[in-house]
Amino acid sequence: MAGNRGTVQSMVSVSSAADDQSFVRFHNVQKSYDGETLVVKNLNLDIARGEFLTMLGPSGSGKTTCLMMLAGFENATHGEIRLKGQRIDNVPPHKRDIGMVFQNYALFPHMTVAENLAFPLKVRSIAKAEIAERVKKVLDMVKLGHLGNRMPAQLSGGQQQRVAVARALVFEPTLVLMDEPLGALDKNLREQMQYEIKHIHEGLGVTIVYVTHDQSEALTMSNRIAVFEDGVIQQLASPADLYERPQNAFVASFIGENNRLPGKVESLNGKDCGVRLADGSLIRALPVNVSGQGDATTLSLRPERVRINPDSGTDNTFEAKVEELIYLGDHIRTRVNVCGNDEFIIKVPNSEQNGQLAAGETVRVGWSAQDCRALDA
Amino acid sequence: MVTADGVPLKIALARAERRRRLTAFLLVAPLLAFIVITFIVPIGQMMWRSVDNPIVVATLPQTIEALGEWDGQDLPSENVYAALVSDLVAAQANRTVGQLAIRMNYEFSGARSLFAGLARRGDDMQAPFREAVIEENDRWGDPAVWQILQREGRPYTAAYYVSAVDLRYNDQGEIERQAPNQRIYVALFLRTLALSVAITCTTLLLGYPIAFLLASLPMRTSNLLMIFVLLPFWTSLLVRTTAWIVLLQQQGVINDILVWLGLISNNGRVLMIHNAFGTIVAMTHILLPFMVLPLYSVMKGISPSYMRAARSLGANNWTAFWKVYMPLTVPGIGAGAILVFIISIGYYITPALVGGQSGQMISNLIAFHMQNSLNWGLAAALGTILLVGVLILYWTYSRIVGIDKVKLG
Repeated sequence: MAGNRGTVQSMVSVSSAADDQSFVRFHNVQKSYDGETLVVKNLNLDIARGEFLTMLGPSGSGKTTCLMMLAGFENATHGEIRLKGQRIDNVPPHKRDIGMVFQNYALFPHMTVAENLAFPLKVRSIAKAEIAERVKKVLDMVKLGHLGNRMPAQLSGGQQQRVAVARALVFEPTLVLMDEPLGALDKNLREQMQYEIKHIHEGLGVTIVYVTHDQSEALTMSNRIAVFEDGVIQQLASPADLYERPQNAFVASFIGENNRLPGKVESLNGKDCGVRLADGSLIRALPVNVSGQGDATTLSLRPERVRINPDSGTDNTFEAKVEELIYLGDHIRTRVNVCGNDEFIIKVPNSEQNGQLAAGETVRVGWSAQDCRALDA
Repeated sequence: MVTADGVPLKIALARAERRRRLTAFLLVAPLLAFIVITFIVPIGQMMWRSVDNPIVVATLPQTIEALGEWDGQDLPSENVYAALVSDLVAAQANRTVGQLAIRMNYEFSGARSLFAGLARRGDDMQAPFREAVIEENDRWGDPAVWQILQREGRPYTAAYYVSAVDLRYNDQGEIERQAPNQRIYVALFLRTLALSVAITCTTLLLGYPIAFLLASLPMRTSNLLMIFVLLPFWTSLLVRTTAWIVLLQQQGVINDILVWLGLISNNGRVLMIHNAFGTIVAMTHILLPFMVLPLYSVMKGISPSYMRAARSLGANNWTAFWKVYMPLTVPGIGAGAILVFIISIGYYITPALVGGQSGQMISNLIAFHMQNSLNWGLAAALGTILLVGVLILYWTYSRIVGIDKVKLG
């Protein structure tokens, strides 16, 4: 299964057919620290074997709490968590056999790299020769074969990160949890490590649950992303689905950039709807999260889906006044005033067919109804 | 290397840094002067006193000079006795005989009356002096007395150190052990060491869990608890020590409760104070903050994710504590242990108040020689041995644990 990776959907069906149970299951899980507010509200989540699932959300959204409950460092206040079909609520952390990579790596500072890696094997009373062999293997896997005798403090941030990943994998757990593991690295290194972790995941076929607040990290690495906000999963979908088809206004604004246009639904049929904005303009949009005429709604539109001088058949076309141009190399970020909204952003690709725009100029802009999603207010 | 206008770089750097270094020195200067005057000079003076021996040379100059030719076997010659009489007559006139008599009494008993007696009669004596002096007191006919005089006639002496480690000079002038009933100091040094180790261990055993609790509680609760830990610091030492006497004495609170509970009979009240037990209890209480504070500061810096990491890697609570947490607290244990040990090895007031016979420490005897017997030379020798002992322990400790790993706060 590890070698042959299809889409997430097919994997889910394969594993549910094989196990009749999902690999990790949160069922009606609630968590409260103070007995007054819920940090996690009725969480239901199934994770398939071999999946890379990311819990994405702003800080305080309950994602880390979920991870800690899975690791065993927090107790669920209500509901049950199952691993391979077994309830693990009463299993202490050290008997769960779950590898974990911590935010600040948590490498033991008084042990060498090799001793750190040997630690999980030693506590499992594995023979010395085998420990040495497995430590060497895992060090080679993260390309640190020559650094076994160093102390963690003598390593760079990226190297420490690799050791932390190696330590979480060396005892061959089937489930690995990662709690914002790349947060302390600089941008270039972070991107490089994203690919490395992704390759390790593909190579070993372990199930990874990854927590981050960085959406690009989530999009790069995951099979599926669960977007957390206010203790609730707002949307659980593949990266492409999440970006292309956000289900509500929070997801749309949290994942990637989008233009938000508040308005009221004026007409609604199965395929599209007409939305009247405050300045009176009528926009045709795709109804996603609206139930009927008169509903307040927020239209969500990705900046790269807006065309300058669109074809005549385009669903929505408007006059726009160019307010500001920001040169970003591969594209030009253009802020325009359209439909009474002067925070409207368009990403204009830097190519020859798009001529030079100038601030103050008036242009025609347009977008299709399919790209403009009518979400909750 | 030279700067742009040709001045050597090192000189230019020194010049640029001179002002900053001067400021730094001026900031330190008041404290430095204070420490030199009140700490280093007195200690140096005490160490000097432990070998300094001016009295005999100053009081008996002619005798000491004449004794230089003596072979140490038979009795000294007539002119030595003549010099002795002349010196003592002069000393009697200068009223320095008393000092000499006390000083010589440290070396052998009866020396006081021997010297004082001869000094009183010296005026009337006629040659030949040898016979006259021996007739006055026949101990002057004992070569051993003259050997002591010759030995202690030097401006420096090892005699204080010899007696500080339970040794003595025998009649032949050789060093041998004191008679068993005269040996006190070595046993007392060992007891001081043992009590200090015991106090260090009890403070560690009691302090470690407290420090752990303090470090793991939320800030508000831990600050409140910290006040309880520091309370002994803010209470007078005498009040605390007296409180222990009230609690632990035979008619005290704890014995009363034990009798009331029927655990012991009224006649079988337990001795808990005025012995080594009392010293350990009272000093553990007093020194506990010195253990808790460095431990707390080290534990506060240990991220809880280390323990979590250990547990997620498969270690149970005990293994995670023993293999991961405990090693990370070693700098705190080292700092606390060395603080408590060094403070307790020289502690004076508490053992003096609650120590009784078996709870006395070497510092109590040093104080005794300073205040009662007025044998400052011996007190200085004992103090110097204690100081050197502590320095050796400190050095060993820094070789084994590494003093740079110790974290005091």
